[in-house]
Amino acid sequence: MPELLLELLSEEIPARMQARAAEDLARLVSDALSSLSPADVRTFHGPRRLTLAATVAAATPEQRLIERGPRRDAPAAALEGFLRKHGASRDAVREDGGYLVLDRVLPAIPAREVIARELPRLLRQFPWPKSMRWSGTSSFVWIRPLRRILCLLDGEVVPFALAEAGDDGHGLCSRNETEGHRFLAPGPFAVGGFADYRAELAARHVVLDPVEREALIRSDAARLAEAEGLSVVEDPALVAEIAGLTEWPVALLGRIDDAFMDLPPEVLRVSMRVNQRFLSLRRRDGSPAPRFIVVANIAAADGGRAIVAGNERVLRARLADARFFWDQDRKRPLETLLPKLAEMTFHARLGSQRDRVDRLVRLAGEIASLVGAERGKAERAALLCKADLVSGMVGEFPELQGIMGRYYALEAGEDAEVANAIRDHYAPRGADDVTPAEPVAIALALADRIDQLDRFFAIGEKPTGSGDPFALRRAALGLVRIVRDNRVRIDLDRFLSAEVLDFVAERLRVQLRAEGKRHDIVAAVLGRGADGDLLRVLAAAEALEAFLASEDGANLRTAHARAVNILRIEERKDGRAYDDAPDPALYASEEERTLAAALDAVEPALSRQLAEEAFAEAMASLAALRAPLDAVFERVTVNAPEAALRANRLRLLGRVRRAMARVADFSMLEG
Amino acid sequence: MRLNAFWAAQGCVVLQPYDLPMGAGTFHPATTLRALGPSAWNAAYVQPCRRPADGRYGENPNRLQHYYQYQVLLKPAPADPQGMLLDCYRELGLDPLLHDFRFVEDDWESPTLGAWGLGWEVWCDGMEITQFTYFQQLGGIACEVPSVELTLGLERLAMYILGVENVFALPYNDPASAAPLTYGDVFLRAERDFSAYNFEHADTTALLRQFEDAERECSACLRHGLALPAYDQCIIASHLFNLLDARGVISVAERAAFIGRVRAMVRACCEVWLGGERAGRNPVPAGAE
Repeated sequence: MPELLLELLSEEIPARMQARAAEDLARLVSDALSSLSPADVRTFHGPRRLTLAATVAAATPEQRLIERGPRRDAPAAALEGFLRKHGASRDAVREDGGYLVLDRVLPAIPAREVIARELPRLLRQFPWPKSMRWSGTSSFVWIRPLRRILCLLDGEVVPFALAEAGDDGHGLCSRNETEGHRFLAPGPFAVGGFADYRAELAARHVVLDPVEREALIRSDAARLAEAEGLSVVEDPALVAEIAGLTEWPVALLGRIDDAFMDLPPEVLRVSMRVNQRFLSLRRRDGSPAPRFIVVANIAAADGGRAIVAGNERVLRARLADARFFWDQDRKRPLETLLPKLAEMTFHARLGSQRDRVDRLVRLAGEIASLVGAERGKAERAALLCKADLVSGMVGEFPELQGIMGRYYALEAGEDAEVANAIRDHYAPRGADDVTPAEPVAIALALADRIDQLDRFFAIGEKPTGSGDPFALRRAALGLVRIVRDNRVRIDLDRFLSAEVLDFVAERLRVQLRAEGKRHDIVAAVLGRGADGDLLRVLAAAEALEAFLASEDGANLRTAHARAVNILRIEERKDGRAYDDAPDPALYASEEERTLAAALDAVEPALSRQLAEEAFAEAMASLAALRAPLDAVFERVTVNAPEAALRANRLRLLGRVRRAMARVADFSMLEG
Repeated sequence: MRLNAFWAAQGCVVLQPYDLPMGAGTFHPATTLRALGPSAWNAAYVQPCRRPADGRYGENPNRLQHYYQYQVLLKPAPADPQGMLLDCYRELGLDPLLHDFRFVEDDWESPTLGAWGLGWEVWCDGMEITQFTYFQQLGGIACEVPSVELTLGLERLAMYILGVENVFALPYNDPASAAPLTYGDVFLRAERDFSAYNFEHADTTALLRQFEDAERECSACLRHGLALPAYDQCIIASHLFNLLDARGVISVAERAAFIGRVRAMVRACCEVWLGGERAGRNPVPAGAE
């Protein structure tokens, strides 16, 4: 099968967009050339090029069609029209089943024709997240100016151009040429096929495959670190980004001035990572090492001396900036920053960060006793927890929020638990992050999320199917995780409206589903009425799950469904509910009396057990209803002809329904 | 001088700085207005920039509230602007075989100018030495002929080339001369005085009044079809806004409103300017040479 090679050489593509673009290219080319059954589609991406290699059929398959014409006995005019439409002569027509038909053969189309036809259209519609114009004479857009198109089929150029009517397409047309490294091997060269292309690029200082570049960066960095007795701090996202910024990655070792090594390690790392894309190193004992790895895009003539010197100088300037903020920030105790929080808007309709802090102080104070934290410490932590937002360092590096707050709190002599809470109340920041574990931090983390959910819902800023600009889903999920991980007994309905509670419960269901648990059981437990104590909900759910797995449970559920079904039908018919108490004088059978007696015993037991949260026992109590209820269904006609008997029996079923609803809404169970 | 000679050789008109305080060389009408419309325009100039909020009382070795940009506008975008810029670096003595040049994504947007473009910050050994932008829109109007804007921070470039780590230590004349002067000798006093003025003493009531005056004057000029004098008022208003911002008297909500007011002024100027362009006041169509 012929080999297709396509390369799109442009000015530098943003690193974060490259992988997605390569995937899009593979998908779009596979679709556009589907008639050529492309196989073995591989894509490569880097700062200047997107490349696709595949094998395709030499041509589309020949297609045989039978066109049905007019009936054999139709007027001559109809046949003439049919022949004219297909440009065929009378001799080509044959008879088939009373109709005149024409055998047509759609000839195979050579692959190069299909490719030349499809690619310009595909490139014009390429889904870049942002694209740009770069000439007044063409509306063809790309992520940055596209400079060359290489398109070969078995080494031969597949000729096409981007120009179309009234648009010069930047004069771009497909050729057999590309370029190597911008500085180490400038100028174009001709390419034969994929193997040749890859090898020639390598000879011209371009590593085509991003996976290979990442591996190179990792191994070179590890080797340099090893030589100094150090190791590289793992950072896969950064390595991927560097691979997207380099065609010929060359790792170099640089030094950090000792004068900066007393800066917090997080500050060093963030400054190096965000501003400079340096990899951080650490010593065997885990402490930050006064070295960094910079990955250049060139093997420089002097072995990289000038590059390292330049990068060290830039880092010194960066760290001098960080040092300035660190020194300035520490001159002012966190508490003195509070007035500035009043000038910082949290949300136009929710007031300033200072207003938010005041709410957090109240909330954290109330929550403290529930999680075993000292109220005073929780309130103190809440008061200070957002102060670092107006510090110089966090202004420069927002990702250090909380982390700097902790340092500054310790510096100002705050209690260690208070300081830790300032840092940890942001946790969990994502699915992989741990939840806070110290009581003060737990109280503050809960307060922060409760406030966020409560306030944004109150002003109608609720998440929609597609948008959640204030990250309320993440807040609710964080709330659920903090409660579960720390086994916090807290009645959220004290703090949250029914609507928000529903939203939180929905996150709980999502979380349980993700864990492979039966989320409908939680829904059933919540169906008995909103419950803000998530641990109680979970305990009830566990008991219910065990109960349903037992024979009594399964049968009772069926009987309950039957009772509820009858009630629904009859209540609708009568236009009333049968929730009032049955009259013992109207029991006409032993079965009714037995069921009533069972209910007499079960109801107080349930009250006690539910109050004690003895859910397994409550389930066992319910189990006692199974046999009498089954007996009623077996031997008693609920819809008796006597109106009074019928009404009383419906009341008795209503009583069963009420008793069971105290444990869970069984009708919400699935499967 | 070398920069001027280099860009003059690329066909640029070499201009002088605009005589109004502005936050970036982009505000110079030779960029903002000329980037609009169909006419070819290649220009290079130094522009002093004032950024009141960036003042550090002369205590930070890398930050200034007043500094110089070298600004190049190439319209239409040449066939290989990256190559031209690299040639410019070679001219300044930066050898791309010894240094690590990188084009790192940095899209540019100016809400006050109603402008955006795609491009990069150009790194030399990890230091940003140039902002490179393909203009897509200005004054809320799509650029008919996309242009390339190159902005070089002169102090930074000088520090890099001379290996100086503190801007105030940069030699400003020949260090071997009878009276050697540093950047600090020339500008440190100004940094201190202006930082104090910008952050502490500027009269906010007067600034607000001047902002409103500029707004009125701008629309008055536009009623007479005078795009350039009207645009001067935009530059003035924008600087007044920056001063008010540095004084910390503009809340987040007001900020957006102020920016919107300047943007509306700029847009109106651009429209009037374009009307003149179309009427043939600058009759050099792109690509006609």
